[in-house]
Amino acid sequence: MEQPSTLEKKQDHLQHHFVDSDQQFESAKMGMWIFLVTEILFFGGLFAAYIVFRSWYPELFLLASDHLDTFWGAVNTVVLISSSLTVAMAIRSAQLNQQKGIIINLAITIALAFVFMVIKYFEYTEKFAVGIFPGGYYTYEGIAHDQANIFFSIYYMMTGLHGIHVVVGIGLMVWLLLRARKGHFSSEYYTPVEITGLYWHLVDIIWIFLFPLLYLID
Amino acid sequence: MATSESTNIKKIQVRRFKPDENPTSNYLTEERGLWAWMTTVDHKKIGWMYLGSIAIFFAVGGILALLLRTELLTPAQTFFTADAYNQLFTLHGAIMVFFFLVPSVPAALGNFILPLQLGCKDVAFPRVNLLSFYIYVVGALFTLFAIFTGGVDTGWTFYTPYSSSAAGGNVMAMTFGVFILGFSSILTGLNFIVTIHRMRAPGLTWNKLPLFLWALYATSIIQILATPVLAITLLLLTMERLLSIGIFDPALGGDPVLYQHFFWFYSHPAVYIMIVPGFGIISEIISTFSRKHIFGYWAIALSSLAIAFIGFLVWGHHMFVAGQSSLANLVFSFLTFLVGIPTGIKIFNWIATMYKGSIDLKTPMLYVMVFLFLFTIGGFTGIMLGALAVDIHLHDTYYVVAHFHYVMVGGMVMAFLGGLHYWWPKMTGKMYNEMWGRISCAIVFIGFNLTFLPQFVMGSLGMPRRYFNYLEQFQGYHVMSTYGSYILGLGFLMVLIYLTHSIFKGKKAPANPWQSRAMEWQAPSPPPLHNFEHTPVIIHGPYDYHKPMSEFQLGIAGSHNGHGHHEHETETKTVEADK
Ligand code: HEM
Ligand SMILES: [Cu+2]
Repeated sequence: MEQPSTLEKKQDHLQHHFVDSDQQFESAKMGMWIFLVTEILFFGGLFAAYIVFRSWYPELFLLASDHLDTFWGAVNTVVLISSSLTVAMAIRSAQLNQQKGIIINLAITIALAFVFMVIKYFEYTEKFAVGIFPGGYYTYEGIAHDQANIFFSIYYMMTGLHGIHVVVGIGLMVWLLLRARKGHFSSEYYTPVEITGLYWHLVDIIWIFLFPLLYLID
Repeated sequence: MATSESTNIKKIQVRRFKPDENPTSNYLTEERGLWAWMTTVDHKKIGWMYLGSIAIFFAVGGILALLLRTELLTPAQTFFTADAYNQLFTLHGAIMVFFFLVPSVPAALGNFILPLQLGCKDVAFPRVNLLSFYIYVVGALFTLFAIFTGGVDTGWTFYTPYSSSAAGGNVMAMTFGVFILGFSSILTGLNFIVTIHRMRAPGLTWNKLPLFLWALYATSIIQILATPVLAITLLLLTMERLLSIGIFDPALGGDPVLYQHFFWFYSHPAVYIMIVPGFGIISEIISTFSRKHIFGYWAIALSSLAIAFIGFLVWGHHMFVAGQSSLANLVFSFLTFLVGIPTGIKIFNWIATMYKGSIDLKTPMLYVMVFLFLFTIGGFTGIMLGALAVDIHLHDTYYVVAHFHYVMVGGMVMAFLGGLHYWWPKMTGKMYNEMWGRISCAIVFIGFNLTFLPQFVMGSLGMPRRYFNYLEQFQGYHVMSTYGSYILGLGFLMVLIYLTHSIFKGKKAPANPWQSRAMEWQAPSPPPLHNFEHTPVIIHGPYDYHKPMSEFQLGIAGSHNGHGHHEHETETKTVEADK
């Protein structure tokens, strides 16, 4: 029933209820920023739990943190920070209309995200092997503290939820990659790349907090 | 409103036109059929789908309430065992709070009205809007699953350690269902904030924004800031049951009071999710039916934001007797009193709006009167509970039950019904029967007070909440309360009947039956699929009752629609109208 004006007709990414591309882009970006705020509050609950338990059992956190592998944690930190750079480069390529650049940078980002998950997988399996399971299933004897399981509950909750976010990010970027190969993005329209990039930076930032809080206590 | 001192004035050529009366093609006649409804991204239809769902939940929750009240007719066991009673009140509370009241105004009425008041075609993210509805449905299915696999008897607050270890039934399915539901609420809030920021029609500056939208804006802020904390809390609780992670369970070294802190950090702000949108409705109705410009526009608008802000700082008043430090108690008690200030500001401004107005006591306005009366009682008793010494006596008694029902039912549900009647002609294109509307409103008012006034009395005499039997001395109050609840139920039933009747047999509604100045009434009833045939230009404020009705036709921009959303904040338009 609504006649799109001839001017808008050629922009086929424009949804019917927006007046122009700018409005659509600004809305999407704002929506993502608000979503990121909700994510921060979501993790904020876990950080609050962390603070409470650390202030109760300070010695536990010192003891237990020794059992986390600082080296691989550091490697993962570098991996994620690099992936933040490459996703930013993908956005830059889109703004400059460099189709190849978008694809290559997205592919590198996905690869780095995979590396992160693989390292995380080995860290987890190593823990499971000695009986460091979350909560009630914890059987490890090597830490002389009654509440050792709580530290690892928090560890698994935090890194587990973060890992889920990484997996979601990989999914989003694979989807972007497929669209990029069909040439959907250009300097005129790159909203999905931009907002996925925002999301990815958040995932990165959360890890930057998790790493020192969990691995680097002494 | 202010037009001269602005820096960035844009002149737009505007033509005026009148809305169609009863257009043959509207959103209800297009995209018909079950599949089209289920996959629609139209905010009006999604609003209806929410309305239908919350009506079902209200009915279920209501029947549970009547069962509870019936059990309380006698001091000893009447029908149910103690365990059954515990399950009933848990389900009643959880359903009414999470599945009815939280989505009631924002997701059902707000979805319908918000884009109409903004003069845009839809919310910013229509598909996310539909998604949030289905998330709600999935959350509801989990809850149903919990009910049929053992039920839950923890109370709607799911306090640990009972909920984490001792409670039987299927607590996990229930908390997970509410966890999922939270995302629906978050997405609605997100959608509304972006829509209000980015989708306002040309000319709709912040100082012309209808107060309903200011209220929804404040609510959305609470939704996005508080709900994620509920999500993580319930996730931790679910994990506590699944893996015994030891965060909340004292037997494992955890802290049950930490759970209460987490829970109320969401749930106190959430009580404002359950009332602030109602405030918005009251502002709209009171101005329309007093034929007067709203008194203290900015005071009302900003007090919504103030409530949203202070609401985040008072959660500790639920833990006065839970082992919180006395210093914390003191601070929380003081902060709780502060909430009364912005709330009082609103009440006084509403009353000042009516002062010397030409008041028309149609059904929506009657509900507003009921609201003012009941909510004021609910609010004042809240302040009483916030007083430390008083709360130690009244905590976990029927006094608390009466307090929050006066706020939630007497406040929000009355505002919701007022809004439903007010916008019904817009939503359906039909008028309901005015006489039955007024009669039902009176019955609801009587039934409500009969139900909950005695609860204040017995609460202050020491009747504890959440008990299925009681000392004989309280029976008189309980019997009165139970009969009151039947009358209240009858009132709601009547509303359901005549509203449904009006859809099929009601008189056709004109575009603007109340002669309102607000934007949504300048669109046809029911509105077309995309709300406005052309991007409208807002010339007057929504409460400009001092201007003649003939000025309130939609202006539409000429050849180029001057949608300057980059300059929204600063621009005020002088819009030249060519006759
Ligand atoms: C004027 C503002 C308000 C104040 C000062 C206030 C204060 C309080 C206080 C101090 C309590 C704790 C009583 C106790 O358990 O001992 C309480 C309980 C409660 N309030 Fe309010 N309240 C206010 C508004 C609201 C609103 C707007 C709602 C909902 C729409 C609401 C819903 C509740 C509920 C559900 C409870 C019971 C919680 C439970 O299950 O323990 N209140 N209120
Ligand atoms: Cu509270």
